[in-house]
Amino acid sequence: MSESPPTTLRLSVNGHTHTVLARHADSLLDVLREQLGLTATKRGCDLGTCGCCLVQIDGEPNLSCLTLAAEVEGQQVISLEGLPDSGRFTPLQDTFAEMGASQCGFCTPGFLLTADAILRDNPTPTRDELRSELSGNLCRCTGFAKILDAIERCASEHRAFRGYADAMRGQA
Amino acid sequence: MSPRISTVGTRMPLVDAHEKVSGRGTFIEDFHFQGMTHARCVRSLHPFAEVLSVDFSDAEKIPGFICGLAPGEPGTARKFGVLPISQDETALPAPYALYSGAIVAAVVCEDEISARKAAALVKVDYQVLKPVLRPKDAMRPTETPLHEVTVGGTNIHKVVEQEFGEVDVAFDGASVTQSGEFVFHGINHGFTEPIGCVAVPEPNGRLSLYSATQVPHYLHMALAKVLEEPMHRIRVYKPLVGGGFGGKSDPFPHEMVASLLARKCGRPVRLMFDRDEVFLNNHGRHPTEYKLSVATAQDGTLLAIDADAEIDGGAWGSFGVVTTYYNGVLTQGPYRMQAFRYAGRRLYTNKPASGAMRGHGAVNARFALETLIDETAEALQIDPFDFREQNALPSNTTTLNQFRITSNGFTECLTQSRKASDWDAKHGKLPTGKGVGLGCGFFISGSGLPIHRTRTPMSTVHLKIDMDGGVTIHSMAADIGQGSDTVLAQCVAEAIGIEMSRCRVLARDSDTAPIDLGSYSSRVTFMAGNAALRAGEAIFRKLQRACSRISGLPAAGFRKGAGETYIHDDDATVRIDFMEALDEALAFNGALISKGVYHAPKLGGTFKGAGAGLSPSYSYQAFVAQVDVDTETGMVRVEKVWAAHDCGKALNLTAVEGQLEGSVHMGIGQALTEEMKYSGGQLINGSLLDYKIPSPLETPEMDILVVESNDPEGPLGAKECGEGALAPIIPAIANAIYDAVGIRMREVPMTPERVLAALDRKAKTDAATASNEAN
Repeated sequence: MSESPPTTLRLSVNGHTHTVLARHADSLLDVLREQLGLTATKRGCDLGTCGCCLVQIDGEPNLSCLTLAAEVEGQQVISLEGLPDSGRFTPLQDTFAEMGASQCGFCTPGFLLTADAILRDNPTPTRDELRSELSGNLCRCTGFAKILDAIERCASEHRAFRGYADAMRGQA
Repeated sequence: MSPRISTVGTRMPLVDAHEKVSGRGTFIEDFHFQGMTHARCVRSLHPFAEVLSVDFSDAEKIPGFICGLAPGEPGTARKFGVLPISQDETALPAPYALYSGAIVAAVVCEDEISARKAAALVKVDYQVLKPVLRPKDAMRPTETPLHEVTVGGTNIHKVVEQEFGEVDVAFDGASVTQSGEFVFHGINHGFTEPIGCVAVPEPNGRLSLYSATQVPHYLHMALAKVLEEPMHRIRVYKPLVGGGFGGKSDPFPHEMVASLLARKCGRPVRLMFDRDEVFLNNHGRHPTEYKLSVATAQDGTLLAIDADAEIDGGAWGSFGVVTTYYNGVLTQGPYRMQAFRYAGRRLYTNKPASGAMRGHGAVNARFALETLIDETAEALQIDPFDFREQNALPSNTTTLNQFRITSNGFTECLTQSRKASDWDAKHGKLPTGKGVGLGCGFFISGSGLPIHRTRTPMSTVHLKIDMDGGVTIHSMAADIGQGSDTVLAQCVAEAIGIEMSRCRVLARDSDTAPIDLGSYSSRVTFMAGNAALRAGEAIFRKLQRACSRISGLPAAGFRKGAGETYIHDDDATVRIDFMEALDEALAFNGALISKGVYHAPKLGGTFKGAGAGLSPSYSYQAFVAQVDVDTETGMVRVEKVWAAHDCGKALNLTAVEGQLEGSVHMGIGQALTEEMKYSGGQLINGSLLDYKIPSPLETPEMDILVVESNDPEGPLGAKECGEGALAPIIPAIANAIYDAVGIRMREVPMTPERVLAALDRKAKTDAATASNEAN
């Protein structure tokens, strides 16, 4: 199998433009973790089955292990590091911490980014809607109970952080 | 009410929660070192084969290839294992590959993609041998046993036979005898973070191994053995660990491979597993065939049980000797009985090794016992709750096999789950297709015997407090997400009378941490928690003496007051702030240091195997599951779970509930969908797509009922909550299925196919009965 040489990609990640050299087969996950050092995005399976690598692309939750880096040129990629105001915690993060929605923490970035996208589309989701929307995210520690509780708490207090992507658009 | 600061029984975040929700915490794959290289394993394609040769000549042509590691190289054949009595694993075949997927060689390259390419080009010449795939075949004498030490020239790894009381007499005199033969398939831990490690040769000649492990101390010992280095020349570092559940509780071949490669190439070597490799590494729950008979008197008194377990150990020993005992002895609660017999065998087969997994050794046996008890209660027309209450083991007693029972909240668990689930209005009364079932259990709160027979305490905690007023807690208790760091901080803060925010836990590095045996057997809260409490109490005594010097009052009269203050029994006007007391204690003295240790008291009998299952205390459970069974598809849906668990004292309610909810979730997976499937010795579902873990859609609402029996020896009254809660949910679901549609499930997981087959059998039996009656 012949292999094409790496090409230059311009990626917008967390509101910053990065120029990276990537092979055609490099996943967004590989580029985020190995080239940009953004390690909040986790590799759980590399097959799109666990949700640990989830990021937002133009505001939509997407699995970065199944996304080629070359596909997202011209799109806004948001990983957990892309907080609107780095150093502070968003209400979803604080509530996850406070309510025990994160145990080992490995699946947490993916859940936070999914939850953010859910609440932006649907500020008052029912528990069943949350279960359905989160069905692509695997957590082996919590039994999901505290995760659902934390998202519901944020929703009921209207404290969802209104989207990384929204914030990025604000900056742009 | 004491006005003093106390977090006990409150809700609070884990001490590292913000590290995790920020994504800034470092897991094993997040480490980067200057000059780091990337290793990949070459894995056996055959369940059983002699490795004749390994040829790297094609792999070497890949740009960036650095070196390979092949069988025969130094250290690769040196035996290790978590138990001193089963040292049967090697880094690489010596010279036999014992399962399809076993590591047979490894390569190191400058980058990961090159390493993958190079690994694919390594040529391994095998002499393929006939594998032993079924436990029954492993019972036979063989010319080629898989390991040097087996029973009588077979592939039997371990045999356990125990009998207490007059079992045959009990069965002869019983009014009701229920028997069953049960089949349990293998289960993988399914933690979200794949296994991996980075081995770093240090400039001073030492070796550091960063690894996703729950047993840094056992790993340290095994590394020293394999590398033939003194322990002080090796450093083990445990980063954040993305879940363990027993699946990171052995020293593993890949950790040896990475270390040997790092030594060989002189550079840091990263070795990360893909998800399928996690399944192949396994060490998960043992596939088991379990036969059980239960004898009961007419009045509902449980008389005796007679159990037989055939346990598929896979390729290596791992914790299997313990598993073999646990499959018997962990039936000895929460019920009193007059006689007990157990025969257990663990077999070596050419499949990925089985090992310890959450609820180690108790889960399958518990399913058999709890479902047969349900049948017994029905035969005697006694309510399942009443039957269990009648036979409940009391507090402060001794079991047949000499377990010391102290605190025991079992009957309170029964009371709470019966009431909360509205059992009496539901059991036997719901429409066909819906049902409720009860499953109970008990579990060890830390193994009362260390794995290595040493005089080293099971847990040691060091504290340091300097003029900044922060408390540094040194421990090697392994936080794997369950919150052990939080428990340590809480115990220390409580003992000194300070805010938890003063505590910082350093429980990662073998260079600074005193020995702790690690996170297995649900031991950390009880053992490391007690050590932390004792270390904190030692600091408190130093502060009492400082307060005495400040005030002129006797030291012993000082106790913890409101806020971070110390007050005195003799003089209500005296109120000394923690920082003032600390300043006095530090003067001309320097940083305060202290140490706390825990070693379990002497427990148990003197017969062979008496040590198995001994624990300083036990947890208790009574769970109710409500299910919906679709008789067309065989699908079982768990609608709701009521889970009452006696954890002694909930130090942190949020964390306790989280452990119980996680256990229930994992138990539902084993009950309904999770199963490692093999074809001809090849694992065929080694992915999270094909190995089905319940998603949020399949995980029901759970009503967690925390029962507190305040253990006399547990730290602040606490005992385990991390493992015992997995076992009861599985039989609770099975018993609920019976209540719903009248079938008794004998094979787990209870998949739609198996449920439909059971419904079919029932329909045929019912028809035959009806026909006989008609005749």
